[in-house]
Amino acid sequence: MRNNIPRVPVREQDPKVRATNFEEVCYGYDAHEAQLEASRCIQCKKPGCVSQCPVNIKIPAFIMEVASGNFENAARIIAEDSSLPAVCGRVCPQESQCEGKCILGVKGEPVAIGKLERFVADWSREHGLKFTEKAVSNGIKVAIVGSGPSGLACATDLAKLGYEVTIFEVLHCAGGVLQYGIPEFRLPKERVVKAEIENVKALGVKIETNVVVGRTVTINDLMEKENFKAVFIGSGAGLPKFMGIPGENLNGVVSANEFLTRSNLMKAYDRDYDTPIYVGKKVVVVGGGNVAMDAARTALRLGAQVTIVYRRTEAELPARVEEVHHAKQEGIKFKFLTNPIEVIGTEKGWVRGLRCVQMELGEPDESGRRRPIVIHGSEFDIETDVVVMSLGTSPNPLISLTTIGLESNKWGGIITDDNGTTTKKGVFAGGDAVTGAATVILAMGAGRKAAAAIDKYLKGL
Amino acid sequence: MRLLKISREKAILFHHLMIYKLFDMYKIVKKELLTPIICLMEVQASRLADSAQPGQFLIVRVNDKSERIPLTICDFDRKKGTVTIVTQIVGASSLKICNLNEGDSFVDVVGPLGQASEFIHSTDAEIKGKKFLFVAGGLGTAPVYPQVKYLHSKGASIDVIIGSKNVDMLIFEEQMKAVCDNLFICTDDGSKGEKGLVTDVIKKLISQGKKYDQAVAIGPMIMMKFVTLTMKDFGIPLIVSLNTLMVDGTGMCGACRVTVGGKMKFACVDGPEFDAYQVDFDEAMRRQTIYKDVEMEAAHKCRIGLNS
Repeated sequence: MRNNIPRVPVREQDPKVRATNFEEVCYGYDAHEAQLEASRCIQCKKPGCVSQCPVNIKIPAFIMEVASGNFENAARIIAEDSSLPAVCGRVCPQESQCEGKCILGVKGEPVAIGKLERFVADWSREHGLKFTEKAVSNGIKVAIVGSGPSGLACATDLAKLGYEVTIFEVLHCAGGVLQYGIPEFRLPKERVVKAEIENVKALGVKIETNVVVGRTVTINDLMEKENFKAVFIGSGAGLPKFMGIPGENLNGVVSANEFLTRSNLMKAYDRDYDTPIYVGKKVVVVGGGNVAMDAARTALRLGAQVTIVYRRTEAELPARVEEVHHAKQEGIKFKFLTNPIEVIGTEKGWVRGLRCVQMELGEPDESGRRRPIVIHGSEFDIETDVVVMSLGTSPNPLISLTTIGLESNKWGGIITDDNGTTTKKGVFAGGDAVTGAATVILAMGAGRKAAAAIDKYLKGL
Repeated sequence: MRLLKISREKAILFHHLMIYKLFDMYKIVKKELLTPIICLMEVQASRLADSAQPGQFLIVRVNDKSERIPLTICDFDRKKGTVTIVTQIVGASSLKICNLNEGDSFVDVVGPLGQASEFIHSTDAEIKGKKFLFVAGGLGTAPVYPQVKYLHSKGASIDVIIGSKNVDMLIFEEQMKAVCDNLFICTDDGSKGEKGLVTDVIKKLISQGKKYDQAVAIGPMIMMKFVTLTMKDFGIPLIVSLNTLMVDGTGMCGACRVTVGGKMKFACVDGPEFDAYQVDFDEAMRRQTIYKDVEMEAAHKCRIGLNS
């Protein structure tokens, strides 16, 4: 059954061309390529891939269906565990999850599980398949705060169990980080994100946009006045961090959140929209995560020369290898072992450069990564018009501050047990709001766990 | 059986009401031109009206391609489920708002955002008899009004200064008169009230021996800066409301960051109201101009066809 061939490469847009547009970088597999790649799977008895998947998709089972050309069956198997397969097939860090445990990866290359998931999801959408039979309502209302990955995953499972789920979203459009954070060229909004959210709605989930939980309504209001029996908080980690260095408020310094929100959610890259965005001629992005890569590649597409500065070396970059590779292909420059100490401005208060110091790696810190140390007297300036700060984000304190009895830790994360139960009765939480910024799929996994805990809690009432 | 029937009818009625409510979401139920370039709108947004407090703001979008535009909440009616906003035409976005008519709807209205004015947390006894001075500049008169109205209803003694370019730009004069003790008007050209700046009126009132426990200034950033400089000499506590740039208005983007007391604050979640003496106004004014050039470029339609 198993085909002893190398991993089937995936087609991508030419780097030179894609550096000037916002079309999707990766084209994905066609049916033939997908079947060929699927035929590499050896159908392990104890598949490591499944246990490494935060939502435990039955990977060998769906891959077997792909190999035999039964794409509809494959889609049905995935739909049992994930409502966002076209999203996850694109943005999951498969190399450190499912594919990281693929036995074929020991000696060669793992099965391209992510690309197969994406193929199945895209094929299923293009063929108009729906796996969204509405469950019989049990009449019990559950509120979900935030329509990002954790909220959508939690809503999906609860709706399938018959609960009447309403998601409250603060922005004007549903999706959370899938809308405002991840760029179009990695995750198409109309074709992929909207379509998968429509599938969640088709299960009977209501989404109310423009509601600031903590301001427009409080969690107490929802439970006491609107009769929601349980609440799931999936409000993400939306607060940007800054470095606290001189010059950070100069005109031209922006958080990656602002830069990406202007381009992604507010469509500043599209001239038909009113949103302004300022890129100048040169942009420096500070940071080394996926968000830094997204900001850099967005700035590049908007016409700037882009440099990423990161205080450790390439080996420590937290971004996915694929993203770093794509960024380099497109012409993004990297300055490693470099740390900004001041943003330099013109007389009128606009950015003209970034003063940095050279770093070297010292002893490993508690995270196991070698700690960067400043090399004295190594100051130098990088000329730039814009500085994008991509240093990570932390949970928005608004909900913790306005919900009596809900406790959070010193980083602002809501305190929960392993199943998302918080310190307040009937209130559950998961995703970045609990852990701080992580990945789409970890948030989805937390949403699913919480859904199970909410079901158990409500049945025990 | 009869009981069941009634509850069913009630349920249907409730259902219709809900649909009616949703259908009316963000609808402009009243529009009034206060001057040729300033318009007042009452907008249906029941959840927002329910929770709004003086000092807070909201964000609107006119259509699917519009920006998110922050506006101060000028009034709210919890019974009708409406909020009042006042807009002055200064650019493309505000023109879009003012071009909407009664019966039209915004695609989005979100709020209330930001912290309510601090006096909301004061007891009635604390407010009663307290002497306030409000300084309103131009469009800033609109957000001053609900604050004055609130404090007046609690028995505070309030003087209000409204500064305006000219008589045609003057708004809320009659409404304000009804809720304050003394109203002073000044215009740049002398077409109404005294000719001069709000700071001249402040100096005059103080020199006449007026005493205030608390002052509040809302208006253009430059006016708030000079009111702060003037008021500092008299040692009167002063609060200002900062109208910075914003995208989401919930603390996500950081576009609205201002330096207050040497620390970075976000106007959208930490403000919009701050202790005036702690605000770095020069930085705040500079940051307001970030997208001016980009917007000018976008709004500029070349008449000789260079960018066809």
